[in-house]
Amino acid sequence: MTAIDERVLKLDPEEARRVRQERLERIGRWVLPLAIMILAIWLWDRICVWNAIPQYILPRPGVVLSTLYSDAGLLFSSLLVTLRITFLSLLLAVVGGVGLAVLFAQSKWVEMSFFPFAIVLQVTPIVAIFPLINIYVDNQTTKLLLCAWIVAFFPILSNTTLGLNSVDRNLRDMFKLNGATRWQQLRYLRLPAAMPYFLGGLKIAGGLSLIGAVVAEFVAGATGQSSGLASRIIEAGYRLNAPRLFAALFLISLTGILIFLVLSLISHLILRRWHESALKQER
Amino acid sequence: MIQEKVAQTTASASGVVPTLLALRGVGKVFSNGVTALSDVNLTIREGDFLSLLGPSGCGKSTALRLIAGLSTPTSGVLDWRADGSLDRSNIGFVFQEPTLLPWASVFDNVWLPLRLKGVSRAKAAPAVMEMLARVHLTSVENAVPRELSGGMKMRVSIARAMVTKPRVLLMDEPFAALDEITRFKLNNDLLELWQDERFTVVFVTHSVFESVFLSNRVVVMAARPGRVFDELAIEASYPRDEAFRTSPDYAALCRQTSDVLINAINSTAGAHHDGH
Repeated sequence: MTAIDERVLKLDPEEARRVRQERLERIGRWVLPLAIMILAIWLWDRICVWNAIPQYILPRPGVVLSTLYSDAGLLFSSLLVTLRITFLSLLLAVVGGVGLAVLFAQSKWVEMSFFPFAIVLQVTPIVAIFPLINIYVDNQTTKLLLCAWIVAFFPILSNTTLGLNSVDRNLRDMFKLNGATRWQQLRYLRLPAAMPYFLGGLKIAGGLSLIGAVVAEFVAGATGQSSGLASRIIEAGYRLNAPRLFAALFLISLTGILIFLVLSLISHLILRRWHESALKQER
Repeated sequence: MIQEKVAQTTASASGVVPTLLALRGVGKVFSNGVTALSDVNLTIREGDFLSLLGPSGCGKSTALRLIAGLSTPTSGVLDWRADGSLDRSNIGFVFQEPTLLPWASVFDNVWLPLRLKGVSRAKAAPAVMEMLARVHLTSVENAVPRELSGGMKMRVSIARAMVTKPRVLLMDEPFAALDEITRFKLNNDLLELWQDERFTVVFVTHSVFESVFLSNRVVVMAARPGRVFDELAIEASYPRDEAFRTSPDYAALCRQTSDVLINAINSTAGAHHDGH
């Protein structure tokens, strides 16, 4: 589109420079990170070769890739286990976070009474809580879920609470004037108004639920009960199987990135028509 | 003293047109000690287009909120028509900002008051579409507010306030944020709507020109404490159009109103000065 504009319009030097700058930035946004990534991988490979580093210390990138292929069955079934915990805990975090936020929104008193507990739960490191969960909960899946949930629910709770409370004062008066019930106000005003805040929390919670799942597996995996990606990493560490360790790590990162991208897309699709954050700048 | 005089004139006039609402000795003191309104006596008659005109801080918005029932007076009473035929559902309110739901389409925004009363989308559609046509907004019912200009947003806001066919329309400086050309257009359209439907309007503004152009009565208020300073009858016939806007009559009325407003502002400044 800019190219057409340029041909039709006679641009003055300043505008032409701006158009050129914009085009460069658009390309650079993709090309630069990719180039740096490729350079880093190449350097990694060279360092391994130049210093003759043994494979069990630092495998070459190619070896990691071939391990990913040769161990695919094992790694992907483990990934599935981790993903199941991740998504279930994210789902529970959404239900729990939004549910609690709605409850808090019903009365300032409820919020004042219970919000501090949510903060305590959030700031206590999950690794420190897990041994307790390990004692009280028998079922392995429940254990992991609970752990991942504790990590993931807070951003949703905190953001949704903020969103439910930041409704325009006049809109609230307008609902009052029209005799809206509490439920109608929640349904037609506060929940939609909280949507951008909730989606912001969801993006954070998505990443956190993966972290929570992996951390939980790590702690649980130490006792040899889990079969997720984290336990594959521990196992590979014991066996000095560095290529598999790297391959598992790679899969976890990739999953995290995918979760973030999918949640960003969902957020964009929901907000694109009305919310400032999803709008293109028009000047 | 002036207030008493006003009360008397309106009382004598109310013999002709039924009184809709009478404010008797209404005062409002906020918890921070600010007296927003003090001893306000005001009679609003059926079919009035009444403007509350005054400097900022004179309590005109507070008065409007009291009338709407969004706030309760500290002293005095609001006497609604004795026959009990009026309640909150007979009031439409237009805020200073368009105050639309940003995620909802124009249609859904106008539907909202009906929706809150349990009217389904299909059942509400004729009323909503008619109201949109009345404010000259057709074929944008699927747009969301951010896709509209400031003037169009205000039209949606008016359509929403009017969709329940209220007997009283309260407007809180609705056109203050609009440019002059858009404001004139909306003034004309609002008058047209008012003449067709003959509802009662209480219109808060700080513009002399706007209040004179629109109203049959202008109530000038003064600040610190917020009070009714004087009332003027704008004796120019409707319909008022662009020709009226440039007529000598209009200019004279504006001058007269402006003089009263200046006195109202000076009365506050004087009181302030005396206090020191």
